[in-house]
Amino acid sequence: MLNKKTKPERLIDDRGLRIDGRRPDELRPIRMEVGVLDKADGSAYIEQGKNKILAAVYGPREAHPRHVALPDRANIRCRYHMAPFSTEERRSPAPSRRDMELSKVIREAVEPAIFSKYFPRTTIDIFIEILQADGGTRSAGITGVSLALADAGVPMRDLVVACAAGKVDGQVVVDLCDEEDKLGEADLPVAMIPSSNAITLVQMDGDLSPDEFEKALSMAVDGCKKIHEMQNEALKRKYLLIKEAVEEKMEPKEGE
Amino acid sequence: MSSTKQPAIAKIEAKTIIDLIASNRRMDERTPTDYRELKIEVGVIEKANGSAKVHLGKTKILVGVKVELGDPFPDTPEDGILTVNAELVPLASPSFEPGPPDENSIELARVVDRGIRESKAIDLKKLCIEPGKKVFVVFVDVYVLDHDGNLIDASALGALAAILNAKMRDYEIKDNEVIYKEGLIPLPIQNYPIATTMGKIGSSLVIDPSLKEEQAMTARLTVTIEKNGHICAMQMAGLGELSIDELKKAVEMAVTKSSEMRARVMEAAK
Repeated sequence: MLNKKTKPERLIDDRGLRIDGRRPDELRPIRMEVGVLDKADGSAYIEQGKNKILAAVYGPREAHPRHVALPDRANIRCRYHMAPFSTEERRSPAPSRRDMELSKVIREAVEPAIFSKYFPRTTIDIFIEILQADGGTRSAGITGVSLALADAGVPMRDLVVACAAGKVDGQVVVDLCDEEDKLGEADLPVAMIPSSNAITLVQMDGDLSPDEFEKALSMAVDGCKKIHEMQNEALKRKYLLIKEAVEEKMEPKEGE
Repeated sequence: MSSTKQPAIAKIEAKTIIDLIASNRRMDERTPTDYRELKIEVGVIEKANGSAKVHLGKTKILVGVKVELGDPFPDTPEDGILTVNAELVPLASPSFEPGPPDENSIELARVVDRGIRESKAIDLKKLCIEPGKKVFVVFVDVYVLDHDGNLIDASALGALAAILNAKMRDYEIKDNEVIYKEGLIPLPIQNYPIATTMGKIGSSLVIDPSLKEEQAMTARLTVTIEKNGHICAMQMAGLGELSIDELKKAVEMAVTKSSEMRARVMEAAK
C-alpha cells in the first residue's frame, strides 16, 4: 500500500480532512472485546483502524524460573511481538530491538496501576501479539492489555489507556494511522490512568515546538478519555453476556 | 521477556534523598537543575573516525564512531545509515552481566539514536554513494565504563561530541565508485540534539539523577531538544507516574537547560 510512488502530496486536504477522511481530533473506529481466549487467565482483542491486536494475561502465578521472584511484589513481565505477516513487508519472527523496547515501556505503562504488592513472589505475564499493524500499535496494545488484566481479575487502580497524537502537514492531530505515522512530522504516544490524570508513558519522536507539544498532549489526553469510556463498555459487555446466558439457563423451561 | 530488578538501596538512604529534595537540596549539594561536573574529551581513540569520553560526576562513557561502506535499507535507498549501539560493559556496574544486550541497553541505544535521527543531526542524504546500492554507514558505539547514574544524558552528550569529532577520508564519486583523496573531512552535521533527563523524586523533578537518586526516583523522563528549541524525542520510564503539569514543566526545564549543555559540547568538540 505504502511506497514512495504512491506517497500523497498532502496528508490533509483543503477541507481540513485527513488522508482517511477524519477530522484532526477524530479517533479511528475502535472495537474491543474481552475474554476472547480460552486458556489465558485474561484476554482482550482490540481493533483500532486496521490494527488487530490480541492481548493475554497469565497470573498472578508461581514465578518461573524461581530466581525472578521479587520478595515484595509480583514480577510483571511483558512481551510485545509483531506477527511476521502484520506489516507490508514480512518481518522476522525473532524479537527486534524495537519489540524489546516496546515490551519495556508497555510494562512500565501498566505497572503503576496494578496492586502488585498483593502478590509477592509471583509473576504476572503479559503477552501482546500484533496480528496486523496500522500505526499506534503500542497505544492500542496498552489499551488492550489493561482490559486483559481486568479480565484476569488482577486488582488495579483503574484501566490504563493509551492514545497517540502527532503532527501531520504542520497540523496537530490525534490517533495517527500508518501513513500519517510514517510520513508525518511527529508522533507522541501517551498512556495514562484517567481517574487520577496520571501519565504513565510518554514517548515522542519527530519535531514539535513546546507549544505544539502542549497541544498534542492535551489532544492525546482527550483521546485517552474517549477510549477509556469504550474500555469500560467493553468490560461491562462481557459480564452482561454472561448474565444473559445464566438467566437463560435459570428460566424454567415449558413443561417442567 | 524481561523484568527490572533495581539494585537495592537502604530505605533510610532513599528517605534522606527524598526529604532533602523536598527542601530543594541534594546529597551532593547540587540544586535540582544542576548537572554534576561534566568533562568531555574528544579524539581519545585514534583508530576510530571520531570518539569522545564523557565524565558526568562518576559516570564514565566512551563513544566511538566508525564510518564504513555498506548497503542502504530498501525503504531509504538514497540515505546513508546511522546505527547506534550501547554496551553496558560488565566492568561498569555490579548489576551489568555479560551476554546479549538486555532491554536497558537497547533502550539506552534507541533513545540516543532517536535524538540524533529525529533531529536529523547527520545529513544522511549526503552519505549516499549510489542510490539503492552503496552508502556510508555511521556506527555510533556507546560504551558504558562506570555507571553512577544518568547513562542517557552522558551517552547522548558523548555521541554528539563523537560525531562532531569524527573525520572521514576525503573522497569523490566516479562511476558510482568511491575514490579516496588526500585529506580528511567532517561528517555532514546539521543539528545538535541535547538530551536532558529528569527524575521524579518524591514530588519534585531533578535534572541529572545520580545512581543513588535513580534508586530513589519513581519515574524518569528524557526530553531531547534541537538547536531551534523544538522537541525531537521523549522517553518516559520507571514504575511511577507524572502529572500533566509535571510533564509540561519538564519540557520547560529541558528547553532551558539544553542551550547551556549544547554550548558545552560544541566547546569540547572544537
